[in-house]
Parts: sequence; C-alpha cells; structure tokens
Amino acid sequence: MDFKENIITHFETFKKEVNSPAHIDEIRESALNKFSKLDVPTPKHEEWKYTNLKNLVNKTYQLGNKNIATSSYTHKYTQFINQYDEKDVNILVFVNGEYISALSHIVSPSNELIISNLSQAYREHSELIEQHFSKYATYEKEAFVALNTAFAQEGVFIHVPNKTEVKLPVILHFIADASATDVICHPRNLIIVGKNSSLTVIEHFNSTNTPFSTLTNTVTEVYVAENAYCEHYKIQTEESNASQISTIQAVVQRDGRFNNTTVSLSGKLIRNNLNIKLNGENCDVYMNGLCAITGSTHVDNHTAVDHAMPNSQSNELYKSLLDEKSSGIFNGKIFVRQDAQKTNAYQSNRNILLSPTAKANTKPQLEIWADDVKCSHGCTIGALDEEPLFYLRSRGISEGEARAMLVFAFADDILERIKYEPVRLYAEKIIAQRLGMEE
Amino acid sequence: MLSIRNLEVAIGDKKILNGINLEVKAGEVHAIMGPNGSGKSTLASVLAGREDYEVLGGEVEFFGKDLLELAPEERAGEGLFLAFQYPVEIPGVSNTNFLKAAVNSIRKYRGLNPLDAVNFLKQMKEKMKLVSIDQSLLSRSLNEGFSGGEKKRNEIFQMAMLEPKLAILDETDSGLDIDALRIVSHGVNTLKNKDNAVILVTHYQRLLDYIVPDYVHVLYKGRIVKSGTKELALELEEKGYDWIKEENSVLA
Ligand SMILES: Nc1ncnc2c1ncn2[C@@H]1O[C@H](COP(=O)(O)OP(=O)(O)OP(=O)(O)O)[C@@H](O)[C@H]1O
Ligand SMILES: [Mg+2]
Repeated sequence: MDFKENIITHFETFKKEVNSPAHIDEIRESALNKFSKLDVPTPKHEEWKYTNLKNLVNKTYQLGNKNIATSSYTHKYTQFINQYDEKDVNILVFVNGEYISALSHIVSPSNELIISNLSQAYREHSELIEQHFSKYATYEKEAFVALNTAFAQEGVFIHVPNKTEVKLPVILHFIADASATDVICHPRNLIIVGKNSSLTVIEHFNSTNTPFSTLTNTVTEVYVAENAYCEHYKIQTEESNASQISTIQAVVQRDGRFNNTTVSLSGKLIRNNLNIKLNGENCDVYMNGLCAITGSTHVDNHTAVDHAMPNSQSNELYKSLLDEKSSGIFNGKIFVRQDAQKTNAYQSNRNILLSPTAKANTKPQLEIWADDVKCSHGCTIGALDEEPLFYLRSRGISEGEARAMLVFAFADDILERIKYEPVRLYAEKIIAQRLGMEE
Repeated sequence: MLSIRNLEVAIGDKKILNGINLEVKAGEVHAIMGPNGSGKSTLASVLAGREDYEVLGGEVEFFGKDLLELAPEERAGEGLFLAFQYPVEIPGVSNTNFLKAAVNSIRKYRGLNPLDAVNFLKQMKEKMKLVSIDQSLLSRSLNEGFSGGEKKRNEIFQMAMLEPKLAILDETDSGLDIDALRIVSHGVNTLKNKDNAVILVTHYQRLLDYIVPDYVHVLYKGRIVKSGTKELALELEEKGYDWIKEENSVLA
C-alpha cells in the first residue's frame, strides 16, 4: 500500500481511540488534510535533493503506540536509559512513541518543573496548549510535520514557570522497537520555558536491533520566553534499522537564549530540521552539530535561523566525520529580516572524509534584508590535514594514534560545547572507543 | 651517527636538493647556513620523514640504519628530532596529552615501560624549568594561538622531553627575543653531551655565539658549497652571500 494511503487509513481509528479534546481534533483534522494534499518529498524537492526517502516510504508501517506499557518486558529498555553516569535527573521514556511511566521518573519539584505526557497536558493544561501547541511548527508546507501533528498524542509537555531555574535536566529517551512489524511513530514535544527561567533538555534516540524498520517522525516545539534560557541536546545513536525525521522548532523571545547541540552517531537515515526564530531583541542562539558516522548511514542536517528583530546573534558550527560509505548533508539558512539591524550571524560547516567512498554536501544559504549586519559563513570538505599528522608522527606518535588524536580533537570541538557533563562524557566515550583510544 | 651521501630530492618536477653530503658524529654541533630558498628546510624535512618529497638518489644512514626506509615515528624512535621552522597549530590536542603520548610512544619503541603520571609530571616540571616555559602554555592546545617565540620555545621544550640523539633545529632562533635566545641556547647546551649531536639551521651568527658549532656549512642551490669552522659564520656575517654565489655561478 502507498505510504500516504496506509497512514490515512490508520487515522480514523487512531482518532477514536485517543479521544482528544475538540480543539486538538480540529488541529488533527486540518493537519491530516494537509498531509493528504502534500507530496511525500522526493529528491526533486529542493530541500530534499540529497536525501531520498524511497526506501522508507515503500514500507507498510504499523502505528507505534500499541500498549507496550502493559507488557512485562520493559526491562529490555533499561540499557538505553542507564547510559548516562547520572542518577539525579528527570527521565521520561517513550517506546515507539508511547510513554512508559514505569520507566520514567521525575525528581524535580512540581513548583519548579511542570512535566507530563502530552496527552495528559491536552486536558490538564488546555490554556497553555491552546496558546502554544502547533503554533510554531507549521505544517502548511511540511508533509512530515503535518503527519506528526495529525497523530500528535504522546511526547513530553514541559512548562517551566516564570523565574524558575530547573536545576536537574530532563532526559527524554525515545526508543524505537520494531519487534514484529515495521513501525512508524510520531513523538510530539512541547517545551515552554517561562520568563527569566532556565532548563536543560536532552532528547536521546535509540533503537533495538531487529530485522524490521522503524521510522520516528518527531516534532519538538520550544518556546523560550523573555530572558529565559534553554539548553537543548539531541543525541542520535540508533541502529541501522532505524530512521528518523526530526524537527525542532524554537521561538526565542527578547533577551532569550537557546542552545542546541545535535550529535548524530549512528542510524540508517536521519533528517534533522532545526528551525529557530529570534523573535525579539538581544537573543543569543547557538547551533552546534556533530555528525560522526560510518557504514551507510545518511545524515541530513537542515538548519534555519530567522533573525526577525534587531541586535541578536546566532552562532552555528556543524562538523562531520564521514567514514566508509556514509554521507553527510548540511544545509544552513540564515535569514536576516529588514528590521533585524545589528544582527550578528555566524555559520561554519566543516566536513572530513575519512574514506574515499564517503560523501559530503554542504550548502549555506544567506538571505539578508537588513544593511547593518555582521554575517559570515564558511564550509570545507576534505581529508584529514597532513601537516598536523606529520607533526605528531615526527614526535614518535604512530600514524594510527596520531589520526585518532586529530579526529577526536575535531569531534571534541563540538562535544566540548555540551555543558551537561554526563552527556558530553557519554558522547566522548563513544567517539574514543570507535577510535580505539584508551581513555 | 648520521651520514648523508649524494642526497637528491625533488618536489613535483622541481629538484631542490642536488647531491648533499654530510657526516655528523656524536658530540658534534653543525651549523647549516645559506640564502633563503636554498633547501635547508627541505633537507631537515626529508630527514624527519615528510612525505611530500621524492628522493631521487643518494642515501642516508642513521646509526647504521637506512633512515629513508623508516616512517617518521620510527625515526623519532631512533632518536631523531626536528624543531620545525614553522610549528603547526593543532587545536583540540592538549600540549600535555600530546607530550605524554610522544614520550610514551618513543619509550615503547625502545622497549621501555610507559612513564606513569607522577614520573611524567616530574620530568615535565624539570624540563619546563630548563627552558623557562610557562605552565599555562602546556595546558593549552598544541601551539594554538602561541606567539612565534612561544612556538619556538615549545619546540625546544619537546626536545628536552624527548632527549633525541640528533636534534635538527630549523631556524629556532628566528623570532626569539634576546632573553629567549639565551634561555633556549642554555637549554640546548645543557642537553648537549658526547653521545648526541645538533644540527643548527640558522641565518644569524648571534646564535652561534651561544651554541658554538664545530662545523659550519653553506647550503646553496641544494648543495653544500662550502664547509668550515665557526670562523666561516663570521665571514658570512660580514660579507653576505654574494661571494658564495659568485664562486658557484656555474651552478644551474
Ligand atoms: N611544497 C613545495 N612545493 C614547491 N616548492 C617547494 C615546496 N617546498 C619548498 N619548495 C621550494 O624549495 C626551495 C627550498 O625551500 P626550503 O624551504 O628548503 O628553503 P630554505 O633554505 O629553508 O629557505 P629559508 O631560509 O627561507 O627558510 C624553495 O625554492 C621553495 O620554494
Ligand atoms: Mg627554511
């Protein structure tokens, strides 16, 4: 069955089953309607030129949420959950998009952090939902955002009240587990950080290694209020049966800060969309990305930063280490609108090809309508530099070890920017292990 | 210890070394001088094992081994050290971790156990004092953002840590202020003994006031066209290279 038809046939049953409030149903209907009219992207679409979904959309997927929570084998997911060397942390676990309360725990006090499954928030926080939900991630032109919105039911809802520092981070584990059929799921997150507040959130994606395919189509909306600060990490360590299309849509208000670091280490096909709107003056945004992949993994990072107001700055550094037959795509858009005078926007993308069969594509796109701005961008694709390699070897360090040191340094330039240490150490350890380094 | 016979080297189509002959024995200090572009750094790099060069002919023996057969890291293991004219900056590799890797790689090559953290630190402290290098430089990334003089000093510090049998210092004096020159020279002289040797590549006589050479060679158009004692350096300082160039005007 055709991908779209298959999905659409699931919709009515799904809608009845979840029984959402009326205004959510309205959004669902409208999103499904859009989805049915939009084409599933192919490389003919400019934004999908290098990412071909044909081997993902030729499958007949089962919808993810099929009562895993009630089954007794949830322990098989604990390996994914205990990866960080940190116990004092808020954890929410989603398997195939379904919230698993038995594996989740919240330690932050409820006056500091309001957090629940999204479906629960539909009822308990209807005002905030009406105000924010589906207001930032627009689905008019995006088939996969439309699809996610039609099926948006589970995922995290976070509300940090004004003037509140959430001291312990929130780790969201998304585990794709296709044990009997190919599975598609649509985690949907809404994160609202109130005025003068701060929050650290980690989205970590894993999958179980099975003969079946998974497609995780996720959307995260982040609202960073005036003078608020959100530190956000996305860690992707899925198996080679797992693909994802993953959109983050952040809106940052005056004096707000939003930092995202996206680390893609494995999986089959990953498409990340990171869209940030700087909606006030004096915002500060960092977009950091590390893509370190091998095999035939394909990672496509599309980022767009929209400077709508004056005196804000965005800083972007994306790096790729591409080995074997992997491919890495970077497309970085910077919009500076006419009003956004005194904008500072920096973008850099650096790719190292570690094998002759690896591929990289990079495309900066700057659209600048204001005249008093500082913007710069640069990109490189190449092999590891010979000069530093020779220098290290001339000091007695073997070629293999010298390469490992340089590759690690290249990657760590991004990982160092991860302020929450357990996540940084976790990612560094994976890279070091791959490079055969001792520590 | 080092014996270079008829070494001819090219980069691409361009021949740079046209038959170099040089003997260096343990305990000796050799200075190599010569006009810009004459091939001094090329010679140093070929000895250290840089791969961009094509050796067209000749041979190099280092303690009886065919040096040109060895990988750069093996040459270091055998006791060769090159202080680079332009040390490369390596962001993200900490100076200290790099040194530890280097010291222990060379120890491993020589069949020694790696130094533990305590002994490594002890050795580092000692050698830091010798070349008066600041602790803060060592916790930074290798050469990243170092001033010209700091880079040179770091090269000598590495030399002190690795204790090579043959050190080739390629214009280590260039870019050093007068105090630094004195300190670096003091370091080299302290490390100097009857079992090791130094090749100084330099443009300036003033270095040779501090580190007194046994031999001075003039490299011109890829050949050693004149060799002498330290007086030759004084003569060059006074007269420049014109007379050398004239004497060798037949060279292509
Ligand atoms: N990678 C290269 N490609 C082409 N030519 C090169 C390359 N490296 C060196 N050369 C040339 O070889 C010649 C010798 O260079 P080398 O650096 O050895 O000179 P040098 O004697 O060290 O000069 P200086 O005193 O300026 O340091 C020069 O003409 C230089 O341009
Ligand atoms: Mg030179």
